[in-house]
Amino acid sequence: MPNRTMTRGLGIAYAIAAAAVAAAPLALNAYWIDVLNSVGLYVLLALSLNLILGDAGLFNMGHAAFYAVGAYTSAILNTRLEIPILWTLPASALVAALFAALVARPVVHLRGDYLLVVTIGLGEIVRIALVNDVFGLTGGANGLFGISRPTIFGHRLTSRKPQEFLYLIWAFVAVTVFLFHRLEQSRFGRALNYLREDPIAAEGSGVNTARYRLLAFALGAAWAGMTGTLYAAKMTIISPESFGSWESVVIFLMVILGGAGSIPGVMLGAALVVILPELFRGFASARLLVFGLVMMVMMVFRPQGLLPYRLLRFKESDLRRAEDAP
Amino acid sequence: MSALLELRNVTKSFGGLTAVGDVSFDVPAGSVVGLIGPNGAGKTTTFNLITGNYVPDHGTIRFEGRAIGGMRTNAIVRAGIARTFQNVRLFQQLPAVENVLAGRHCRTRAGALAAFLRPPWQAREEREAAARAVRELEFVGLGGRALELAKNLAYGDQRRLEIARALAADPKLLILDEPAGGMNEQETDELVGLIARIRARGVTTLLIEHDMSLVMRACEHIVVLEYGEKIAEGPPDAIQRDPKVIEAYLGTEDA
Amino acid sequence: MEQFFQQLTNGLAVGSIYALIALGYTMVYGVLRLINFAHGDLFSLGAYLGLTLLTSFALQGRLGLALGLLVLAVMVMGLIAVVGVVLERAAYRPLRDSPRLSAVVSALGASIFLQNALMLVYGARYQVYPDILPQASIRLLGLDVPVMRIVVVLVAVVMMAGLYVFVQKTRTGTAMRAAAIDQDAASLMGIDVNRVVRLVFVIGPALGGGAGLLVGLYYGQVGFTMGWSYGMKAFTAAILGGIGNIPGAMVGGLLLGLVEAFGAAYLSLAWKDAFAFGVLILILIVRPSGLLGERVAEKI
Repeated sequence: MPNRTMTRGLGIAYAIAAAAVAAAPLALNAYWIDVLNSVGLYVLLALSLNLILGDAGLFNMGHAAFYAVGAYTSAILNTRLEIPILWTLPASALVAALFAALVARPVVHLRGDYLLVVTIGLGEIVRIALVNDVFGLTGGANGLFGISRPTIFGHRLTSRKPQEFLYLIWAFVAVTVFLFHRLEQSRFGRALNYLREDPIAAEGSGVNTARYRLLAFALGAAWAGMTGTLYAAKMTIISPESFGSWESVVIFLMVILGGAGSIPGVMLGAALVVILPELFRGFASARLLVFGLVMMVMMVFRPQGLLPYRLLRFKESDLRRAEDAP
Repeated sequence: MSALLELRNVTKSFGGLTAVGDVSFDVPAGSVVGLIGPNGAGKTTTFNLITGNYVPDHGTIRFEGRAIGGMRTNAIVRAGIARTFQNVRLFQQLPAVENVLAGRHCRTRAGALAAFLRPPWQAREEREAAARAVRELEFVGLGGRALELAKNLAYGDQRRLEIARALAADPKLLILDEPAGGMNEQETDELVGLIARIRARGVTTLLIEHDMSLVMRACEHIVVLEYGEKIAEGPPDAIQRDPKVIEAYLGTEDA
Repeated sequence: MEQFFQQLTNGLAVGSIYALIALGYTMVYGVLRLINFAHGDLFSLGAYLGLTLLTSFALQGRLGLALGLLVLAVMVMGLIAVVGVVLERAAYRPLRDSPRLSAVVSALGASIFLQNALMLVYGARYQVYPDILPQASIRLLGLDVPVMRIVVVLVAVVMMAGLYVFVQKTRTGTAMRAAAIDQDAASLMGIDVNRVVRLVFVIGPALGGGAGLLVGLYYGQVGFTMGWSYGMKAFTAAILGGIGNIPGAMVGGLLLGLVEAFGAAYLSLAWKDAFAFGVLILILIVRPSGLLGERVAEKI
């Protein structure tokens, strides 16, 4: 019944952002286009973590593990079975979701910061497993290479034209934002919020909290997995070092910085964390120092993030209309 | 009258301490039953056993003839037992209507895929759930406050919002844990009226309460616990005269 | 058999270090219910400070080896304690009444900050400790055991025993234990909770810094990221023993050191770093309250 997916202001902001990305190849050189590609990938990762951390309130600091599972699934299917890379999207979503459900099942009931530490541990175990060439499939510390470029309608994307990846990645971002807004305006989205606000009250109101914890992990992991596919397609080489615990910390930071639970906030967080260090290249070695400082200062002065927004699921008119309907 | 809820020899200990020992009683369908006793008598533990927050060590709990001991809380809600909490547990950052919709959750079914694709049945389900939530808010006297955040409501209103949330789950048995806690006299009077209206809807009620005037007015049957054991049960006037109950509440001179 | 005993002593040495660091996690968690993510970095800060003081003052030359090292240890522990108190004041005190997530994020921020400050000052490469200790071994039960291994275990045991006596037998220690059980009740009883917290942030970091110095002397090299891995393992040790429980942290540390040493020797060296996390996950599934912790039913 709330068929409005977003407010008008937000819609306008998205339209401007979309236009800016679409026009970017006219104004930016290849280097900056590639930065925008990075932004797109991190936006996807941050949005997928936001389902788990922001909406459901589950402290997951091992998100890079799901990203890795997706990337490796696609790379293995592509290099071994020669399945076109974009065709592996459903497979990497599925494998990442199943993996998440499997590893999260025994630990997902743990209290906040315990879950945080356990997910750091899970992330590290996955990385160590990849380095150790688990099942003889992951290529060890060198990773996998020779992943073929994606082909869309017979057209092959190449690294010489990063703007082609720009459109691919950002089209995926647009679809994700659209779907995730629909999700938050639904019974499913509400259930995740009940879980975040008070798990005992949620269970006592009839919400199967164990199930929704797992679903949040699985859905977030599925999206991280698909982002892994896009990453593998763009890089053609993947290795364990791209999926370390630091990566998980960065994604976590994007969500917190932008505003946990806020789709536009999380996107802004991802953009800032990627772009700001590029602008201050001279201070490259000090950027992490600054991140650390920003995290501490923000928690004191603006813990809700840069761009929090209160979800307006219902307006007066929605409720009246609902009552009048048969 | 047949028993809607049946407790038989229910026992629960924490460490060496027996919180509830060998308690048996019935809640007949359509009735309003009160569970009273001094602080620490095991009343809330009994509630938590019925609602599946704890699992009984011994004994059986039957709801409509079906054993529910050990079932998950959400499954028990779906089976038809909804509750409120002693210390109000609302979703403080969410508007009242979304709090009530939480109770509606187990009677609706749209999942993530339906949220993505929005088939017509999902839209209808959402509309019906919202309408029902608004009606429940009106029922408990919170009409017109659907969009206020739970945390901005007065304490007595928060208690009633919890009742609305529980009622939205279509319970056959409603369990209220100190519904008058923190309410003033006028609010308590309104609560007696609300309990009567809930009963008129055909919903059975089991409640814990310290406010004896409310218990005596609202309940037709009272169970008294002390130190985790049942010491008396019966209609209000009999309970008021029961020497064991008087002793439990006032203590004895020579004790 | 030879390998078994070597791994046993090795595991005990590494485990003592985990235990020393774990004490800082467990004490902070006990009082503030906060995982002090920056604690691991205070440990590596201790290692680096030890290096700087060793090379710039050459105390062992002026005061003799034993006295020189003692003075060095006191200096390192004192300085790290100061950093600990400043950290609490700046990053945690303002968040005492905030949601848990805020404090956790702030702690992570502090960790990232300290780690990168170390990198900027000392550089990203491993730094080598000066070779001041005798590389001698002692024959023990027919085996050659490096002296340093024994020293590490002894020093750790002395520090832990001192802490245990302090916490159990003194008035201040009692105040600490009371604040860990119930802050509000403790402050109603006239205990200055802020003072207790400050004390915890003196003792924990001092022990962590001391552990850093020990690691530097024992392994001969230090890196700026080692706080993260040692920290995670020490935290695992704290959970293993029962978080908030001081003897638990000691037992957990030693046990984890042994698990790692034997796991690396008999199972797989390549998976060495995964064992600790495996133990962590297992213990949280099977017995989240830890070996010596008490189970508490959640109040509803």
